[in-house]
Amino acid sequence: MKRETPEISAGSMADIAFLLLIFFLVTTTMDVDSGIVRKLPPPLDKNIDPPQINKRNIYTVLINSADMILITVKGQDPRPGNIKTLRADVKEFLRPHYPDDPRFPEVEKIELDVKGRTIPYYKTKGVVSMQNDRGTSYKIYIHVQNELAGAVRELRDELSKEYYNMTFKELLDKNEVGAKQIQKAVPMAISEAEPADFGGKK
Amino acid sequence: MSKFRKDEKKGLPAISTASLPDIIFMLLFFFMVSTVMREVELKVSVKAPKASEVQKLEDKSLVSAIYIGKPTKALAKKWGDEDRIQLNDAFAEVDEIRSYVEEKVTKIPEYKRKKHIVSMKVDAEARMGIVTDVKQELRKANALKINYSTLKGFDASKGE
Repeated sequence: MKRETPEISAGSMADIAFLLLIFFLVTTTMDVDSGIVRKLPPPLDKNIDPPQINKRNIYTVLINSADMILITVKGQDPRPGNIKTLRADVKEFLRPHYPDDPRFPEVEKIELDVKGRTIPYYKTKGVVSMQNDRGTSYKIYIHVQNELAGAVRELRDELSKEYYNMTFKELLDKNEVGAKQIQKAVPMAISEAEPADFGGKK
Repeated sequence: MSKFRKDEKKGLPAISTASLPDIIFMLLFFFMVSTVMREVELKVSVKAPKASEVQKLEDKSLVSAIYIGKPTKALAKKWGDEDRIQLNDAFAEVDEIRSYVEEKVTKIPEYKRKKHIVSMKVDAEARMGIVTDVKQELRKANALKINYSTLKGFDASKGE
């Protein structure tokens, strides 16, 4: 009985540790809060009248309590909206049309400062107005908000690619002054009407 | 064959386990740092809707959350199945939002107060009525930056 008991190999401990690591890596959800960021309008001041907007410049999205979308634009018949085509439709409306086209919103001449050069640009006066019922579901509301935000983002991307050769997101990181110019040219023109009750309770 | 026998006789050289505690500690610290503790217990069930045009909220200390949804199953008996608001750890009414926001804002250092943001964690099936009421209160409380908390992966072409 000269033989000693051999030491237990600890070599496999590393494997166990890795197994644990992988297990936790897979199961842990890093809870990063993300979402659609919006700015609410400040409380209404009774002494100041809200600015009047030419009816032609407003693209109205109505959502009723059955989650159906209705789109009204001046000079066109009200039409049912579809979440699938909403983004392209809004993009078409908000894209500046020059020379002035009565079917689309008015344009306004502004000057953009791109890489030290001054470039004239026709900015649309179009505004998207969103109105929903108390019975509208939050889901469809977010989906519409998402599409509206998407339309503006895509328009910004197009302009940003034309002038700076990168997407708006990249531009925001690299060139803040440039991003300001793009924001000036394509504002986030989404307004929400004061709440109303139409289409019945649910 | 003979080669294997030789090895057996020699025995394996022991692997040093001295560094093992370090590895374990590293793991421990990693998970301690990365794990986000949920600071409130949810009393309403919130399944956020999906969206694709999302931004991340960088600094958690600047965010105050408002939960809206139906009470969880265990609480449904007592609280019914209407949409409800949850602030901190309890159900709340719409008119409590103002004091809640003010309380949260005072906890933020003064130079960062402008960046205060309210995260609306609303269930996809909730009705807009209650959400609109909350938004009106937030306007009155002058908390104008809001974030609609969403999950990733909305595809409009599928409507899903």
